[in-house]
Amino acid sequence: MRRYSAFAIAREAARHHLGWERAWRSPTPKAHYDVIIVGAGGHGLATAYYLGKNHGIRNVAVIEKGWLGGGNTGRNTTIIRSNYLQDPSAAIYEKARSLYETLSQDLNYNIMFSPRGVMMLAQTQHEIRGYQRTAHANALQGVATEFISPRRVKELCPIINIDGPRYPVLGALWQARGGTARHDAVAWGYARACSDMGMDIIQQTEVTGVRREGGRVVGVDTTKGYIGCGKLGIVVAGHSGVMAERAGFRLPIESVALQALVSEPIKPVMDVVVMANTVHGYMSQSDKGEMVIGGGADGFNNYTQRGSFHHVEETVRALVETFPIISRLKMLRWWGGIVDMTGDRSPIISKTPVEGIFVNCGWGTGGFKAIPGSGWAMAELMAKGHSPLAEEFSMTRFREGKFIDESVAAGVAH
Amino acid sequence: MLTFTCPYCGVTACEAELSPGGEAHLKRFGPGSTDEQFEDYLFLRPNVKGVHFERWRHAMGCGKWFLAARDTATLEVFGTYKAQTTEPPADIVAAIRAKRPDWSLT
Repeated sequence: MRRYSAFAIAREAARHHLGWERAWRSPTPKAHYDVIIVGAGGHGLATAYYLGKNHGIRNVAVIEKGWLGGGNTGRNTTIIRSNYLQDPSAAIYEKARSLYETLSQDLNYNIMFSPRGVMMLAQTQHEIRGYQRTAHANALQGVATEFISPRRVKELCPIINIDGPRYPVLGALWQARGGTARHDAVAWGYARACSDMGMDIIQQTEVTGVRREGGRVVGVDTTKGYIGCGKLGIVVAGHSGVMAERAGFRLPIESVALQALVSEPIKPVMDVVVMANTVHGYMSQSDKGEMVIGGGADGFNNYTQRGSFHHVEETVRALVETFPIISRLKMLRWWGGIVDMTGDRSPIISKTPVEGIFVNCGWGTGGFKAIPGSGWAMAELMAKGHSPLAEEFSMTRFREGKFIDESVAAGVAH
Repeated sequence: MLTFTCPYCGVTACEAELSPGGEAHLKRFGPGSTDEQFEDYLFLRPNVKGVHFERWRHAMGCGKWFLAARDTATLEVFGTYKAQTTEPPADIVAAIRAKRPDWSLT
């Protein structure tokens, strides 16, 4: 692989940009791999990358039904933060956030990580107490957050209306090293690095069945034929239930639509990410100037990547009250993704009832920020059979009643 | 936007008037059941991509819970029926079969 660098740009500029290589190969599948990962989204590709980088397992295929990063990896609102209350969540999200800090250098691919700061507004007395508690918990967990005053909120984000009639801003939980990154680039960067290690990324190929012998996985049937494997990782987000059924077990997962939208581009007006959880909306400004807006998930089972208009209306109504400046913005694009929600809204990184099959799912509305940490933990679990980061996220916790007691997904009241 | 006809009050309501309540026809387990049975009842869901039976409440109308058959892959609604039953009635099954000949009630 030719490394990207300032020198490479100069070299290519001098020869009409004819020397750029394809970022990853599109090989025909081999008959057998040590590990097959189903799903070439951020989490699947990160799993493959850390299998190779941390554990030396490089005979790996990543099989993708559609195109690489075309699911939720390319549909989220790109927010990165780790200000969680419970220790297992804070640990894995902070691992992810800290990996994001140097991911561009690690992958030799600019993922445009922008630690611009994330603030979560407290707009009720209950939220003030909740976020102060989280700030104390974060101090113990080694996650840098602080509870800030309304005046500081206004300083950091002048377009906020802190004296709103219904929901005045009473303070905020501020994580200065949170921020955003280019979501597609995260998938592309991991894919390029995986391909460089000799892994096969097989797009436009659906896994239609899972073959087992004596309670152990031996391979998968795909639209390009049978492929054998030693271990299988299922990392398919919204379609986790469908894949689990093909593998012969069930998951505590329901799939629902989550929507997001962006406005027409405008001049820079906010350089932080703001989440307003009481009114259920969050917003940041992309480098292109678009206001990126997200809200709550729809309430019913859905596989269509289409959501309901009234949820978007609720989100936009709430944000217009908090940011009056956006009231006359035109919206440019509006889309949905299918998110996998677990019973306690926390993820699953786990062994399964089938020997050799591992599952990484249930990230719900909060998966993007976790990608490096999730891949790190999943790779360790698949390579060694045990991962400290993944320990509490076992799928057996529902039977044992060991829930992770917070709405990890978005920090939004579900 | 989904629309359902409430089988109790007869009003055709859009989903803004309704509250979703998850999968219908769950087999309930009580005292004396095993951990596996409770896990199954409380958390495990087939999460079907296709024909799905589910609960809805006519929250902004008559307030009653009713059941509906809907395709989660197309958002097509096959019909609604009253909640006092443990399985979908024959006319709903027939309506689904007419549009999904390969489908079977498992």
